[in-house]
Amino acid sequence: MENVASRRNSHNALIHDPSSYLIEKEPYYVAVGDEITLFEAAYASRLPVLLKGPTGCGKTRFMEYMAWKLQRPMVTVSCHDDLTTSDLVGRYLVKGGETVWVDGPLTRAVRSGGICYLDEIVEARKDTMVVIHPLADDRRIMPIEKLGQLLEAPDSFCLAISYNPGYQSVLKELKQSTRQRFVAIEFDYPKADLERRIIMHETGLDEALASKLLKLADMTRNLKGNGLEEGASTRLLAHAGKLIARGVEPRVACQGAVALALTDDSDMIAAINELIGALF
Amino acid sequence: MKASREPYTAAFLWERLEELFEVEFTFLKVEGLVVALAPLDRDTQDFILGWAVRLLSTNLYISHEFTIRVVDALDRLERRVIEAWALHAADTFDRSGLRPALEVIQQVDSFLLNAHAHAEGVTFAEVEPVLSTFVCGLAGRRLTLAQGEQVYTDSETLFLPNISAQMEKAKDNFLLCKAQVAFMWAQTRFGSFRVDFATAFAQYPDREQALAAFHALDTLRLEACLERELPGLWRDMQRLERLNTPHPDLPPQGGKGQEGIPDKDSVLPSSLVGEGLGMGGRVVARLQSPDATINDVLALLPEVLGMAFPPRVYQPRLNPEAVTACMLARMGQEKILFRVKLAELAKELGKGKEETPPNLPLSGEEQEKLPPEFEAREAQQGEGMELVLEDKPIAPPEDVKQLMTSIMLDWGEIPPEFLVPAGDGEYDPALYQKEEKDVEDVWKGVYHEEGAFLYSEWDHARQHYRKNWCVLREIEMTAGDPAYVEGVQEKYQGLVKHLRRTFEAMRDENRLLKRQAQGDDVDIDALVEALADSRDGSEMSDKLFQQMHRADRNLAVMLMVDMSGSTKGWINEAEREALVMLCEVLETLGDRYAIYGFSGIGRKRCEIYHIKRFDERYDAATKARIAGIVPKDYTRMGVAIRHLSQKLNEVEAKTRLLITLSDGKPEDYFDIYNTQYGIEDTRQALFEARRTGIHPFCITIDRRGKDYLPHMYGHANWVEIDDVKKLPLKVADIYRRLTT
Repeated sequence: MENVASRRNSHNALIHDPSSYLIEKEPYYVAVGDEITLFEAAYASRLPVLLKGPTGCGKTRFMEYMAWKLQRPMVTVSCHDDLTTSDLVGRYLVKGGETVWVDGPLTRAVRSGGICYLDEIVEARKDTMVVIHPLADDRRIMPIEKLGQLLEAPDSFCLAISYNPGYQSVLKELKQSTRQRFVAIEFDYPKADLERRIIMHETGLDEALASKLLKLADMTRNLKGNGLEEGASTRLLAHAGKLIARGVEPRVACQGAVALALTDDSDMIAAINELIGALF
Repeated sequence: MKASREPYTAAFLWERLEELFEVEFTFLKVEGLVVALAPLDRDTQDFILGWAVRLLSTNLYISHEFTIRVVDALDRLERRVIEAWALHAADTFDRSGLRPALEVIQQVDSFLLNAHAHAEGVTFAEVEPVLSTFVCGLAGRRLTLAQGEQVYTDSETLFLPNISAQMEKAKDNFLLCKAQVAFMWAQTRFGSFRVDFATAFAQYPDREQALAAFHALDTLRLEACLERELPGLWRDMQRLERLNTPHPDLPPQGGKGQEGIPDKDSVLPSSLVGEGLGMGGRVVARLQSPDATINDVLALLPEVLGMAFPPRVYQPRLNPEAVTACMLARMGQEKILFRVKLAELAKELGKGKEETPPNLPLSGEEQEKLPPEFEAREAQQGEGMELVLEDKPIAPPEDVKQLMTSIMLDWGEIPPEFLVPAGDGEYDPALYQKEEKDVEDVWKGVYHEEGAFLYSEWDHARQHYRKNWCVLREIEMTAGDPAYVEGVQEKYQGLVKHLRRTFEAMRDENRLLKRQAQGDDVDIDALVEALADSRDGSEMSDKLFQQMHRADRNLAVMLMVDMSGSTKGWINEAEREALVMLCEVLETLGDRYAIYGFSGIGRKRCEIYHIKRFDERYDAATKARIAGIVPKDYTRMGVAIRHLSQKLNEVEAKTRLLITLSDGKPEDYFDIYNTQYGIEDTRQALFEARRTGIHPFCITIDRRGKDYLPHMYGHANWVEIDDVKKLPLKVADIYRRLTT
């Protein structure tokens, strides 16, 4: 049965309405620790959640999984430094000589009692983020000044934000007044066995190749702080694995999906290519 | 007009070489050189003469020796490699003087013996950036790469030759270096040095022979390890071996050979293969098993003693003396360090011992209870060891993890005595702390370069850098009169007020821009007007939106202040006052800024004086340091620019400005720096800065500035102030023009 929240356009692309679309198929997610229990408890207690962790370690996948598990629609906002309060809350637009109010994603999520997931929150300007404060404490309200409304979030609404504490820039820190409103869940790359299982599941590779990919990941993670900002994430490994499963030569796949994806520094790329060459 | 490409005549060469080598005074012979150079084509002649001239600026004898040998070398090597060889000799001269440099030049004879004919060699400088990262990616202790005359490791540093040219192709020479690096990594990773070299070979009458056999057997073991760990590299290593010694049974190159054992056997030392599947096979099988250790190697040693072991092409030398010396120093050091770190960890975790009065006698039982029990065990998740305190695994900080890895590599385990946290005062802190040497002491006693920054300097005659030529230290500025700044502010009261007003107006602020064609929100006023207009029949404006304009000056300024002796008196006074004015302006604008002074005597004593870092506030301490600026010695500018641009680049900003306040040309104490050399080096340093996105600018009071500043800074990037007293008045104005 076709989901009511979705339709297809003329090019057969599926269009979902994020404030009512429910994920039907269980996303593949393996718990690393007790993050699922923690999230469920926080959700039940109507507490907002902060996900920390390096890029590509499964934060977004975890959110999808939770949205599926809780059967709530999820509105994702990828934050950037031009994001304004109006982009989140909503704005008046002009339509045929009239002004029309259009809800922003945050407002839509609150109205529909879904999950609002603000991805990479530190990318947004600090003053923008103040708008989530009244939603993130026990008031759970959202004032919409321009409409003269005070929106109270239903119990099923949930606010989740994510950020990567690995960035060392002082400009990309979370304000204390923001961070102290959240229950924090820390993510890291899964332990070797688990990561191997994930890669094998995501790519369909055999254990030997998956292990080699893991070894490569470890090597790049050794380089973290020695010229690389981050080691290869589980996501990059999955990309490389998918290419290999399609019949791409492993060296070529890893060069494209790992070495070049990690850095632009030519010596570093050469060094990672040498590591790849040594492994495969 | 087309330049003549006819070769130089013998007569011309004779004259030119006599002139170059100052034969009149040095009595060097040029006859042989002329004979060698005359038959060459013009291009090659130019190449040789060009390098002879460049080397001349380093040393006449080096240049002469080089010219004698270069013709021979040109037959065997690419020009690129020859250049690397010449530069290596010049570097060696800079570092260690004439004799070692001459050796480098002369060693080309022995070097050529090893080299492949017409080899496309690779130089250390080419492989180092890639391979040092490569080896860092392999697990284990952090290893560094260094240049050495031979390939070997002391278990911390991997030595590679300056030029590798054993293979024909550059690609293969690089692979050879990579294989050598990986092999040496394997030596440290798989415990090849967990041997007491002093006693283990005592039972053998011929120690050298035993060591050779040991190394050969260990090579077999390590190769099996590399095959398991880095199969891709192992394939390359086999190919290199085949290229080096074409095997009769195998296709000459490229062919993969057969899979499995036959292929492997084909590259075994022939002596072992010669034994057939008997003893040799057994030895090999035992060494290749995944659980083979260095003890197996030692046990098997008597069986193969006296055989011949043709070395692998990628096999490094074994240098037991270097390894033993390095390991002894490290193992003692790391034990102390690890125990001290454990004590710190225990304290952090609240498991440390209670404060006991030092003189209180403790009962035996109490004493035994005191140290918290650390334990090291196999990590449950497969990777390495984990540290356990009272049955709970703890996550050690990164440096402790590194330390554990290193200890594991040396000992094969973490010995129990390492796991006892150090007691208070058990070790003298000097044993484990890096000694903080007082910068001032450097000049009192024997010179040392520890803790200083080393910078290369551009030698325009050589057309290349002198490596690590300048030794620079950061020195804290002695605080001056704290009331000084207030005094200046008072003196220029009117100007300060004016400046504040001007720059206040310049300060960009967040503001709402109304009536925009695009924007975040509808501008209701504009809309109402537009609707009225449209009812009225006039044209409706499309500027109906409002937008938040966000101010981001996003500027970082580094002020580099000349503290040379020549600034004594008025100039110094003006500089300090100008700094006070600038600080006023910068504080008003909210731009990020840092101030450093520079001075020094000679290349080994370059000094940077800290006045204000980017993250420091303009507070009483900073003001006192500004007051404390005094004339010191000389102005070796290049190194100061290099150091400060590095600091500037650490700041995240859209625009980075490096402003120099100077009173004259770069110069140094009776040094080549007073010549064109200094100007060229400064120019080069500014080029480097510009390449990283820095905008350099110079404010000078030197009337002759126009003779050299345009050459160094470029035409629009400097300004001359004719009257010193005006410096404080003008500097803010200059800054305003620069940044708007």
